[in-house]
Amino acid sequence: MRFMLMQAYGGVELEGCVSMDKWTPEEVKTHIDFQHSLNADLLERGELVDAQGLAGPDQAKVVVSDGVNPPRIIDGPYPESKELLAGYRLVDVDSLERALEIAALSSAAPGPGGQALRQQIEVRQVLGAPDPEV
Amino acid sequence: MSSPDVEGLLRELGPQALGALARRYGDFTSAEDAVQEALLAAAVQWQVELPERPLGWLITVASRRLVEEYRRTDARRRREELASSLSLHQVPTVPAEDDSLVLLFLCCDEALTPTLSIPLTLRAVAGLTTREIAAAYLVPEATMAQRISRAKAKLKGHAFALPGDLGARLPSVLEVIYLLFNEGYASSSGPDLARSDLSGEAIRLARMLHAQLPAEPEVAGLLALLVLTDARRAARVDADGSLVPLAEQDRSRWDHGLIAEGLSLLNRTLAAGRQGEYQLLAAVAALHDEAASYAHTRWPQIARTYELLETLTGNPMVRLNRAVAVAMVEGPSAGLALLEGLGLRDHHRLHAVRAHLLEELGDRLGAHNAYVSAASRTDNARERDYLTQRAALVARSGVDASRRG
Repeated sequence: MRFMLMQAYGGVELEGCVSMDKWTPEEVKTHIDFQHSLNADLLERGELVDAQGLAGPDQAKVVVSDGVNPPRIIDGPYPESKELLAGYRLVDVDSLERALEIAALSSAAPGPGGQALRQQIEVRQVLGAPDPEV
Repeated sequence: MSSPDVEGLLRELGPQALGALARRYGDFTSAEDAVQEALLAAAVQWQVELPERPLGWLITVASRRLVEEYRRTDARRRREELASSLSLHQVPTVPAEDDSLVLLFLCCDEALTPTLSIPLTLRAVAGLTTREIAAAYLVPEATMAQRISRAKAKLKGHAFALPGDLGARLPSVLEVIYLLFNEGYASSSGPDLARSDLSGEAIRLARMLHAQLPAEPEVAGLLALLVLTDARRAARVDADGSLVPLAEQDRSRWDHGLIAEGLSLLNRTLAAGRQGEYQLLAAVAALHDEAASYAHTRWPQIARTYELLETLTGNPMVRLNRAVAVAMVEGPSAGLALLEGLGLRDHHRLHAVRAHLLEELGDRLGAHNAYVSAASRTDNARERDYLTQRAALVARSGVDASRRG
């Protein structure tokens, strides 16, 4: 079963947590090392399909088109940038329980002062192919 | 890239070389690594010149790798233990016996979940490369390589021999082959084309198993089920890859050679009188394959077979299928009655079947709601498309009817 584990820019429940650009270099390094180590662990377990971080919301563009006129391209930043996707992991696991376990690990990534960020992780199953009818 | 000839040869000889090494050294895990390396070397070198005795070449090179590996990684203890037995001059000879059955039982060990046993079986028994298996499962090669390593690590220390009680261990082997088949069959069109090869591999493994254990009725039953199901593959999706339900399939596109093979296999097996789950599933597939049309299907026999299957397995999904067959014989109300109290509240198939039967009854609103429920619960994209479309169709036919009325 495949699951997409997504995290948005908002959704950090650690109280008083400042944005990452205000962390100390050590705190940033600890956080990044944690993400790499989680990915390495998932790869070693044969569960990692893909993991990507996305460029920041200030670089995001939103495109709207009616298919006839030139598209409307909106540059960031947006007031609702907290809802934008920051990154995702695509995992291939045996069960929903295992996907939730990975999400929990990822949610507790270290932030300022090494405290768990309590980042909200959205867990969505990727649709597969149908079973054969008998 | 290897030429198809060399590729085919390697797939055939890889498992044989693995069997010879595992038998000789009693260490399946290390033998598998060594054979993989030998196969990679062969894929390059055999393009230039094919050795005179290809299997002997593979066994020699793999043995050398195995010994090198032992020497490189081993503590002195192990080196001393093995020094006498692991001489390069004692390369195992080309095997007289076929080890494929031993390999299959080892790879399908109950200690492994199907996520681990299926890739290992594909590599060790079917001779696929890690890259091919990764492509079929749509995961990166490194991820698949780790999965196979984990599988082998769990098998460390397992003896390279057939289990004492073949019958007791057979179900897990049959399950692995059946799941492998479904994995491929479920996605046999368009961009997923590579995955359909998995069904072919499952059939190949089932044929091999049947050739080795011809008296096992459930092995014959599984092989019959796979070929009778696979016979309908071409008609199962339309040109743009959408799912075509059984009722609407163009039956002239079914593979009648496969159907004949499956029927003859099944008839011989059922005659032995030791019924099991796979034989009964094959019997249902056969009843569909024999029918000239959906309406001309022998539904009473299908309903009866599902009833036997339900008694045998207690599986609520079987009741669901039985309800469809009963509805064809006695009408939609009888089918709906069988769905009452079924412990499958959240399964999309229950909602889809209920929707279909309500539609037959003329309850368009009920059918629409049930199709919507089914669409929101399914975990596969094509089926969701199909169910969403049915929901829209049944809603529109209601509007049309009220407009006409």
